[in-house]
Amino acid sequence: MSEEPSRMGRLSRVGALSLAGLLAGCERAVLNPAGDVALQQRDLIYFSTGIMLMVIVPVIILVILFAWKYRASNKSARYDPKFHHSTALELGIWSIPLLVIICLGAVTWSSTHLLDPFRRLDRIAEGQPTNPAQAPMIVQVVAMDWKWLFIYPEYNIATVNELVLPVDREVRFDITSTNMMNTFYAPTMAGMIYAMPGMRSQLHAVLNRPGEFEGFSANYSGAGFSHMRFQLRAVGSDEFDQWVRQVQAVGSPLTTPDYLELERPTERHPVELYSTAPTGLFERIVNRCVAPGTVCISDHMAQSGHALPVTEEPALSGERGPQGGAHAPAPSAHAAPITGSTAHGGHQ
Amino acid sequence: MSHVPAPAPLNPVFGRLTLESFPIHEPILIGTFAVVALLGVAILGLMFRFRLWGWLWREWLTSVDHKKIGIMYMILGIVMLLRGFADALMMRLQQAIAFGGAEGYLNAHHYDQIFTAHGTIMIFFVAIPLIVGLVNYVMPLQIGARDVAFPFLNSLSLWLTVAGALLVMASLFIGEFSTAGWLNYVPVANFENSPGVGPDYYLWALQIAGVGTTLSSINMVTTIFKMRAPGMTLMKMPVFVWTALCSNVLALAIFPVLTGAFALLMLDRYVGTNFFTNDLGGNAMMYWNLVWIWGHPEVYVLVLPVFGIYSEITSTFSGKRLFGYSSMVYATVVITILSYLVWLHHFFTMGAGASVNSFFGIATMVIAIPTGAKIFNWLFTMYRGRIRFELPMAWVIAFMITFVVGGMTGVLLAVPPADFVLHNSLFLVAHFHNVIIGGVVFGLFAGMTYWFPKAFGFKLDGFWGWVSFWGWVIGYWVAWTPIYIVGLMGTTRRVRLFEDPTLQPWFIVAGIGALIILVGILAFVIQIAVSIKNRDKLRDTTGDPWEGRTLEWSTASPPPFYNFAFTPVVHDLDAWYDMKDRGHERPAKGFRPIHMPKNTGAGVIMSALSMILGFAMIWYIWWLAAVSFLALIAYVIWFTFDYDREYYVPADMVAADEAARRALEARA
Repeated sequence: MSEEPSRMGRLSRVGALSLAGLLAGCERAVLNPAGDVALQQRDLIYFSTGIMLMVIVPVIILVILFAWKYRASNKSARYDPKFHHSTALELGIWSIPLLVIICLGAVTWSSTHLLDPFRRLDRIAEGQPTNPAQAPMIVQVVAMDWKWLFIYPEYNIATVNELVLPVDREVRFDITSTNMMNTFYAPTMAGMIYAMPGMRSQLHAVLNRPGEFEGFSANYSGAGFSHMRFQLRAVGSDEFDQWVRQVQAVGSPLTTPDYLELERPTERHPVELYSTAPTGLFERIVNRCVAPGTVCISDHMAQSGHALPVTEEPALSGERGPQGGAHAPAPSAHAAPITGSTAHGGHQ
Repeated sequence: MSHVPAPAPLNPVFGRLTLESFPIHEPILIGTFAVVALLGVAILGLMFRFRLWGWLWREWLTSVDHKKIGIMYMILGIVMLLRGFADALMMRLQQAIAFGGAEGYLNAHHYDQIFTAHGTIMIFFVAIPLIVGLVNYVMPLQIGARDVAFPFLNSLSLWLTVAGALLVMASLFIGEFSTAGWLNYVPVANFENSPGVGPDYYLWALQIAGVGTTLSSINMVTTIFKMRAPGMTLMKMPVFVWTALCSNVLALAIFPVLTGAFALLMLDRYVGTNFFTNDLGGNAMMYWNLVWIWGHPEVYVLVLPVFGIYSEITSTFSGKRLFGYSSMVYATVVITILSYLVWLHHFFTMGAGASVNSFFGIATMVIAIPTGAKIFNWLFTMYRGRIRFELPMAWVIAFMITFVVGGMTGVLLAVPPADFVLHNSLFLVAHFHNVIIGGVVFGLFAGMTYWFPKAFGFKLDGFWGWVSFWGWVIGYWVAWTPIYIVGLMGTTRRVRLFEDPTLQPWFIVAGIGALIILVGILAFVIQIAVSIKNRDKLRDTTGDPWEGRTLEWSTASPPPFYNFAFTPVVHDLDAWYDMKDRGHERPAKGFRPIHMPKNTGAGVIMSALSMILGFAMIWYIWWLAAVSFLALIAYVIWFTFDYDREYYVPADMVAADEAARRALEARA
């Protein structure tokens, strides 16, 4: 008898735990995001799935229905071995998937342009448009083996494996990598984008509610990949200013030798705070010339003669990253060899 | 920053092969090695005991018969399936226990090799050999040919694939395999990041096997275009032949790209060029583009012939001509063309512009239109049919229900902003296992069950077949539904351990699902053993056990090595059904000598030399590489002077075979 309640208790504890588990799973999940971009992406998933289910479910039902009805033992079903063509049916067969794809294709075209990670946000949240006059806050993201370095150029501070952002503020992430290809991904905030050595990619995003979240690399990058995670904290703007002051107070300066040390592969790297970061560090990382004495890709390209004629600075448009300027004003940028200066961000 | 080839001075005899290259400190590998060694010794013992070496060499290794080559491809695929699935079980176990600080039982280096080997083996050494094997066996019979266009080339293709598979297997016990993912991605596979032998094993194994696959596709395309029976116009070819044609045209177009990409990476790794390095103008993105220009069409190389299998089976077991034959053919051709235009959807998140991403996303979705049309065509083939639920048909039904879900998640992933949150997630992994298991694997089992009596003259055992069927179907859903769910929660692929303990139940369920699939695989192996034991009870003497409709069912089971005593003449689609319908009688006399190719061991020898060359290059054993390379060249030149490659089967022998077949039929 005495066992009974304890077993019940254990069961309900297990039940509660697994329920909590489910909810906790959703908390950091794609399906319950804290950022407006991720929210729109989630709604797009729901919408597309819904449209497709309108065809998929009837097809599954028809398969089962036909398989049952026309089974060999059912002699009452009509058997018509010559029935192998029907223009009307063929028309339906091709047009049903066609209609679904036309609908999805239209949604794809518009949503891909609206949610282009390189594009500035239209809105902070539903019914709350961004102020075009206010520039987004910039965070420079460097994927390293195997940790994340975040540089806040406006505050001249940097952190490792901790990203703190003010809520309801548009943020532009400039993203690169020191060695491996990673993706910068905080599911609660926005979709991912690659972090690539010698390249600069961009992501515009916003967080709409305070909280503790998680971010990580979603692209396998070698032995320490599983631990390549960072904490993401969304805080109010006052709290954010406070945090910046705190980092400036307690952090140590990040010097070039410190950076070169940091660049070496480590796993499970602890959170680090840097009160200052060298100016232009991110540009030198992108151009692979942080170590003293190395030539920057941008300079190398400019010297080596076969680079593009520098009629314009495509990277200055700030609109296009790695593949060399789909939005860049100079048409010649499209023809840039993949190693051309535009692909590497050029001078800033 | 060009690299130096190796830090330590090389041993002039063994290259970089040392005692440390043998993983004697890895208990898992030692155990595996013990099992493999025991099995190997047992097989060798039996071979010597029953003096089977001569038989093996004469009847199988040197055979240029497309049917025997097809069977050997299938055996290779099934053996490698066991290896690839063992890798899958190890990953499932690791992911089921490595939670909340627990490390699991695999370190990163070992785990990374396992997921790399799993993907590489399952695609290159399971799916491709099984598909090529089925096409090899069935297609020439379906078009009424006596062999493929280039029988020796066929043998060479097989043995080059075997050589590649052996190199991958060797990496298990000598050295290590790549840790860079199933496409050997740079920068991980760059020399700076992986100076060991792993990526070299990958590159040499796949280059050698890739040559085999390319040659095979040339062979199949030529066979279909040049060797069809009189009367079989393109629009009277069975759908399986159409799909085999499209699949091989596709393979022929894409494999050179993969070979080129791998060759550039080899130059990077061996000579110090900078195609894909991070510095000096190299660019990893180029490698990704090249491997996926191969990679996405490759999915269709695998799935198109399987669509053909489903078409043949649905038509046969519904007792009806395929609904919408022309629309099926056009759908296949459209898929073939479109599959070239979608590769970028594997990396929407690499930063291409919105218009580029939209183009590739919409192009991907457009493939769903012909694919959807195919599903409807199968559906309406069943409509007003008289469906016999034999095992092959059961696989078709399971396929249709499973595959549409995979198709749906695929289209979802083709919407770039949705892909931004699902890229590289376990949702994606669940999607492609959904289409590969639910599409390709189910279809291969359907095809193997369907054509087994043709190849061996007896049906497969029913009971174990159904156990295998339910093991796979239930196992698939139990294993992959939870992976879809954790993927939607934002869990990434290729992760070795998880910090969030709430995910654990999902991974435990997935592990149970994998065990159910294991039941399906073991039941399949048991099914073959039981069927061989009971072969007399399962015997089919008619050559046409399923009331088939295409030409392969018109000849004996197993077919004589020359396939047809007389080349059939085709008047209509479903030629054999048409012949039966018109009261066809097999001619009893008037046989003529048949022109056939002679067996040759050249394929085995060339492949063995290629394998030695690959092994020597992997380990920097330069002298051996030079010797094997020169031997290979010399042997190929010598072989070109061998003009004695054909002979005539005497008419008497054909007549005797036919008489024996009649006697067998009369007895039954």
